[in-house]
Parts: sequence; C-alpha cells; structure tokens
Amino acid sequence: MKPKGWKELKPGAVVTEAGSAEKFKTGSWRALKPKWKEENCIQCLFCWIYCPDMAVRVKDGKRGEFNYDYCKGCGICALECPGKKGQKAIVMEEEGK
Amino acid sequence: MGQNGKRVVAVTGNEAVAEAMRQINPDVCAAYPITPATDIMQRFTSFVSNGKVKTEMVLVESEHSAMSACVGASAAGGRVATATSSQGLALMWEILFIASGTRLPIVMSLVNRALSAPLNIHGDHSDGMGARDCGWIQLWSENAQESYDNMIQAFRIAEHMDIRMPAMVCLDGFIISHSIERMEYLDDETVKNFAGEFKTTNPLLDIENPVSYGPLILTDYYMEYRRAHAEVMSKVSKVVLDVAKDFEKISGRKYGLFETYRLEDAEIGLVVLNSAAGTSKDVVDEFRNRGIKAGLLKPRLYRPFPYEEIGEALKHLKAVCVLDRADAFGASYGPLFMDIASGVYPHKNGPLLINKIYGLGGRDYLPEHAETVLAELAEIAKTGKVKTLREYIGVRE
Ligand code: SF4
Ligand code: SF4
Repeated sequence: MKPKGWKELKPGAVVTEAGSAEKFKTGSWRALKPKWKEENCIQCLFCWIYCPDMAVRVKDGKRGEFNYDYCKGCGICALECPGKKGQKAIVMEEEGK
Repeated sequence: MGQNGKRVVAVTGNEAVAEAMRQINPDVCAAYPITPATDIMQRFTSFVSNGKVKTEMVLVESEHSAMSACVGASAAGGRVATATSSQGLALMWEILFIASGTRLPIVMSLVNRALSAPLNIHGDHSDGMGARDCGWIQLWSENAQESYDNMIQAFRIAEHMDIRMPAMVCLDGFIISHSIERMEYLDDETVKNFAGEFKTTNPLLDIENPVSYGPLILTDYYMEYRRAHAEVMSKVSKVVLDVAKDFEKISGRKYGLFETYRLEDAEIGLVVLNSAAGTSKDVVDEFRNRGIKAGLLKPRLYRPFPYEEIGEALKHLKAVCVLDRADAFGASYGPLFMDIASGVYPHKNGPLLINKIYGLGGRDYLPEHAETVLAELAEIAKTGKVKTLREYIGVRE
C-alpha cells in the first residue's frame, strides 16, 4: 500500500474504522514464539482471556492454534497456562529455532 | 438594560470571562484553582450550583487532570472550557499538545502570571509564551472588554469546521483579572446565537460509529500529521477575521489580527501585548501632541502569528521597540521581539528594531517607561544608530 500524503489524513489521527487493527499484523515484532502442546491442555481458555491481542483462536468453545499474524510473543499465555499435572500446555521457544 | 440589549457594567476581567462562559454554557468544564485565574472558575461553579448553566463541572486534583478531563470530554463530543494561570498551565503542558494534536476545540482562558521560581503570582507573560508553540490558537486581550469579547469569539474560531483546534484567551493577571473596569455585556440570547449549536466531529459517545482516539503514529506518519496541523493553522487568520466581522455586527466593536494605533503615518512605534498597550497609547498621544509621529501595534492573534500582515503594518516605520513581558534568560531576545523581527525581516528598508524586557512578575509599567522608550526611538530614527539592542526597563542596578 502506498503511504498516504499529509492531505489525506484523518484530522487528529482519529481512527474511524472499527476493528481496523486487524489490518496491522504485529506478529513480526515477536522474538519468542508460544508453542501449544495440546496433550497438556485442559481447555480452560485462560490463554484466550489473558492474551492482550487476538492471537489465541477459539472455535466452538475449544482452544485452537495460535494466530501468529498477531502474536507478539509476550509470553503471558504461557505464564498463565495451568496445563496438566505440572506440565504446561504452552511453552515459549526462541523464534527461528 | 441599555440599548440593543447591551448592559454597561463595572466588573473585573475575571468576572467578564466567567460571564462569557455562563452565556456560552459549555457542556463540560474541568478545572483546578490557581491564582489569579481561580476567581473565574469560582464564579462559574456558582453558576453551575445555582442552575444558571447546564454544564457538567468536573473538579479535579491538578491542572494535568483538568486538561486531561477536558480532552476526554471534548473527544466524547462536548463543548468544553477551562481556565488557568502560570504553574497550572505549566502542569498542563503535556496535555496541551494532546488537545491540539487530536484537534479538540477546547477553549481556555489563561490569566497570565509569572512562573516560579522565585514564586510570584503577578501579571507576566512567561506562562503564555512558554505554551506559544503547543499548537493552540492564542488570542491576547488588553482589558476586561477584550477578554470577554475574545472569549466569546474563541469558541467560534476553535469550533470552526475548517479549524477544530483548541484556543487560549490571554489576559493580564491582577492588572486586568482583578481590576474593575467599565465594559459592555451582550445579552444572553445574542451570545447564544452567535456561538451557535456545538457541532461534533467523531464523538466517542456516538456508539453507532465507533472511533479510536490517540493511536501510535511512528516515523512513517508523524511528520505528515505535523504538516497537516500547520496547514490548519494557516487557515486560522481568515476565520479570526470572519468571526470578528460577525462579532462587530452584534457588538459594534471591531477586531482584527492585531490593533494599530496611530500607526499609518508613524515613524516610530511600540509593539506591546495586553494591558501595557493601554498605558502606551496615552504616551503615544502625548508624543503626537508634541509633533512626533509615534504609533503602536498590539498583537491580538499571537498564534498562529500573522507574520506577513504585521510585517506590512510595520515596514514603513523608521524605528520600532518591541516590549516583552517575558524573558529569554540571556539566550536571545524576548519571544515577541523574535516574532516581530521575523515579520519585518523580508522588508529590506524596514524599521530598526530594539527590544525591552519590562514588567516581569507584575512590576509596574509606567507612562514614563513608554516615554523613555519613545524618546530613544526618536533618536534612533534621527541618527539611524541603535545603541543597545536589548535591555530591561525599570530594573534596579
Ligand atoms: S505470547 Fe502473548 S500475544 Fe502471543 S498468544 Fe501468548 S499472550 Fe497472546
Ligand atoms: S491456558 Fe493452557 S490449558 Fe488453558 S486453554 Fe490455554 S493452553 Fe489450554
């Protein structure tokens, strides 16, 4: 997309399009990548609640794969994940490994 | 009640500003008291308590919060006003830029007062000058009448659909804010019609059309937003003049971007803001009586500064003194001087300029000060020689 010139901007940088953050893929900021280990998952959906972005997919009330387009790798989901029998269902791995 | 529904009254500058606010009846006011502006909001909160206005009054814990609440209320879609002075304005500083960068037409009266330290509560322009480049419109006022008139016009200017920028109305602390003067009030209906219904732009409270305020704008767009801000400011002069024309129709009082006094055929002139202009005009008259062609220019729209128009108005003079009621602490000339010099700069045969710093911390500016300056200017006009470019008036050695 060609960047806009100053004459085309919305006054006061007000964002008038609802949900337009979806167009801004922030996944490239990530240094650590969360990995979902389904076998340890108890479907509590804490990860979905705590994720500050929209990087945990949920379908029909069930935990789905991460959406790496938006995951910034903050690690909050991994910290909050209770997992099963002391085994986390989310582990952070170094990006590019 | 006088003719045409005008009321002649004897009031202080603060009272006049509070009355203008009552007549405008803003949706929201958020304020924190500070001398000498306290009185404005004290009077206005009485109007709120007594049901004279329908304003939501938000009493906050600091000026930083006052301006923040104004920003929120304005973004929500309300007509918003506040008042402050000195340290209060300094504490608002961060949010002043947010108000202007977000294009929120908040109107604020600034009762000019010196900045600490040393602590001082009196009239001085350091506060307004410190905030001159925060993207707000600034109108400066000589007396209670002009403060009232500017306050009413400020809403129309700030809220104009081509502008949508916050505006500050400046008046001198104590000298104007607390002195009683004869002036005229317009009637409530006239002011109400003049101000008109408040129009919103992207109000947060319009839940059918959700918007977000305050996004992060990085290297790829920040400069474009600043360029757009400057463009809006370039349209302010025209709007100020249009609004002044309409205001003349309801009040009979003429306003421009600046006032000129006996300047058309003048050879020497003073440039001075606010209350000191009144004293200076008397002395200009004395010099005229003695056959010396003296004149005066008093800026009204100080930001955006009408460089070209002021340059044109001063270019035929031989010598001009710019009087600054704010110092630049030895780094350079006073702020008003630098703007006037920039305005005069393109005119090769323009006047010789000198700068005097006067009246800091409320120090009296007396007719004899204006006399000394005009006498010095007459000498410069005769000899073409400037002895001292910049010095202080009325300071003890
Ligand atoms: S790492 Fe952070 S951004 Fe990514 S899914 Fe987990 S909580 Fe969301
Ligand atoms: S927090 Fe852990 S256990 Fe709970 S749903 Fe998410 S991945 Fe599964």
